[in-house]
Amino acid sequence: MKFRTFAAFVGPSVFMMLLFIAAPLISVFIQSFQVTQPILEQVEVETCTPGFLTQTCTTEIKTVPVLDDNGKTITETRWVGLQSYKNVLQMDKFWAAVGNGSWNDIMQIDFWKALRFTLSFTLLTLPLVIGVGLAIALAVNNATRAIRGPIIFISLLPFIITPVIGSLSIYWLFVGDGILTAMMERWSGQNISMFAQAWTIELLMYFYRVWHVAPFAFVIFYAGLQTVNMDTLESAVIDGASRWERLRHVIVPHLMPLIVFIALIHLMDCYRVFEEIVGFRSQAHVISLQWLTYDFMTPDDAGNRAISRASASAMLTMIGIVFLLILPLRRTWRDHKGSAH
Amino acid sequence: MSTSKAMQQSFALRFSSGAFLAFWCLLAAFPIFWIAIMSFKSPVDAFADSPWDVISGPATRAAGNGLSVIDIVVGLIVLYFSIRWAFTRLPGLVQQYSPPAFLVLGWVFGAVLYAVAFILVFFGLLPLVLSVVNSILGPLGTPVLGLTTEHYVAVWGENEFYRNFLNSMLVTAGVVTISLTVGTLAGYGLARSGSDLAFWLLILALIFRALPHSVLVAGYLPVFINSSEILRPIFGEGAPTLYGQPWAVIAVLVSINQPFTIWMLRSFFQNIPAELDEAARVDGCSHFQAFRRVIMPVMWPGVITTGLFSFLLGYNDFLVTSLLLDAQNQTMVPAIAGYFNRETTTTDQVEAVAAAVSITAPLFLLVMVFQRQIVSGLTAGAVKG
Repeated sequence: MKFRTFAAFVGPSVFMMLLFIAAPLISVFIQSFQVTQPILEQVEVETCTPGFLTQTCTTEIKTVPVLDDNGKTITETRWVGLQSYKNVLQMDKFWAAVGNGSWNDIMQIDFWKALRFTLSFTLLTLPLVIGVGLAIALAVNNATRAIRGPIIFISLLPFIITPVIGSLSIYWLFVGDGILTAMMERWSGQNISMFAQAWTIELLMYFYRVWHVAPFAFVIFYAGLQTVNMDTLESAVIDGASRWERLRHVIVPHLMPLIVFIALIHLMDCYRVFEEIVGFRSQAHVISLQWLTYDFMTPDDAGNRAISRASASAMLTMIGIVFLLILPLRRTWRDHKGSAH
Repeated sequence: MSTSKAMQQSFALRFSSGAFLAFWCLLAAFPIFWIAIMSFKSPVDAFADSPWDVISGPATRAAGNGLSVIDIVVGLIVLYFSIRWAFTRLPGLVQQYSPPAFLVLGWVFGAVLYAVAFILVFFGLLPLVLSVVNSILGPLGTPVLGLTTEHYVAVWGENEFYRNFLNSMLVTAGVVTISLTVGTLAGYGLARSGSDLAFWLLILALIFRALPHSVLVAGYLPVFINSSEILRPIFGEGAPTLYGQPWAVIAVLVSINQPFTIWMLRSFFQNIPAELDEAARVDGCSHFQAFRRVIMPVMWPGVITTGLFSFLLGYNDFLVTSLLLDAQNQTMVPAIAGYFNRETTTTDQVEAVAAAVSITAPLFLLVMVFQRQIVSGLTAGAVKG
């Protein structure tokens, strides 16, 4: 294929990606060093109220925004260097907390709280998703052919459901005296409220994420299981391998590329955990990095959006992505070089 | 598949694997079906702490809303036959009456017509007939199962959820068509070009795939809000404010979706033998003619599958739509977040449940119809590496 034809085919897609993905990235990078504020000026205002004999006049100095000809506030954009990053990271508080050796104090700072949750969420759900997905795939592979279709249909439901709705559906089972909370209360004889403390909410979030993603892992593993070499399996049996050994030494190595694929996709998706926070309404207890950026961008009571702080937190989130992708990218690069020579 | 004797499994193993599977199916379906049940009950029943009360709905029944044995039996029979008819006769009718060139449109038309007819019969005609029958039959006609559709009426009627529904449809349809058009061309180009540039584009797309969406939205937001001032030098006075415009959101979602789309379509195009378009090229076609005449007729399975995933992205999105659309253009998923803020009474809560079920229902149908395509789409990217 000539370069010109290739460019014509790929052009529209590349153009859209550059315009709506690459360009915003650059602008976020620049914004994170800037602050846009309305220009304020101090004016002396004399207010007079009618009084007996003479008017009572008071003068005071007020700070008002400067208006342009159309009556809009004039804003100015200043370079502030790393100020926004400092506002997000709050390093002085962080070091003070480290100095005290107090974990709780660090967790009072939004950014570090969000980072802690995002990382533990990503790393804890990963083995669970792969394990549960593999278990379902093995069990379905064991089942009679006739019921496989319906089972796949039911399994796809948690995967396909809108994430916000999915987390809401679990939220409603547990909220207040929802049936499952009531059931647990009956068993334990204690008063349980699932949404009053951080760790129970976090448990439900882990559960939700595994519930939501395990079907994806299952479908891929199931497809992989269809291509396991039966001869290898049978010779393993003849060699006296137990069922567990066969799983460990024949099936899992066969599925290894798929496990790597799922792990990569899962890491990418989990790192942007966001919908759970909305669905479980956990912002008072548990927040994630992406939610932090989102929160800076939603207008506050005065209608202002903290764009520069959002940009700074977005850039900090990006650092995590770089770490996440560095290993797989290095491997692809090596493969590519290997195939070229 | 014949199992050799060595591979046979003990009863205990078969039993435990079956039990695990049953448990998983329960776990997978339970939350979704449970909110579906809740949405039909009065608030007292919906948030009752005994599961049996939620299912049977005594308070709903006491309020005079319920189904009698006759209602349930007749309803199930009608449901069974209408589903059967949809799968056996409807395809034939569509094939017969739609001109071959517009088969897809014919399907859409047939499905919409069927849905409207079903709703009219099931929710309009049936209750009328059955209320007469119930009053005649006496004991068989007294309600035994509490059930009310008042929350759906409130959500779709009073709260004008249909506006959000239409916005959702607009955004989703835009996302699917544009990202497929752009993505098919790019996917084909990438699949047929072995150059280094193609490799680097794919890697770049992979990196873009990993970006959190909030990072991108932080870039759009200030530009979109001030876009009429920024664009004025180019477009003059008519420069649009992009914030709140559905088509701006469509463009954003298409771009966010592009990396995934081109990866997926590329893997589908690689499965189409390259000899096919090489033969067309030998016969004197240009690349574009080869694409149009030879590849397009055989690419539909891959395109449909990718389209499904684009649909899911557009339909399920919360973050982008909630930040870039204003209240009057809001789509369904962010609109449901509006219920949280109002959710003061339990009635509001059940209305939120009903709205959630309304959002889920189309997805449920989607899986039912396109299960095979979804599975093949999930595996296409992974199994081939």
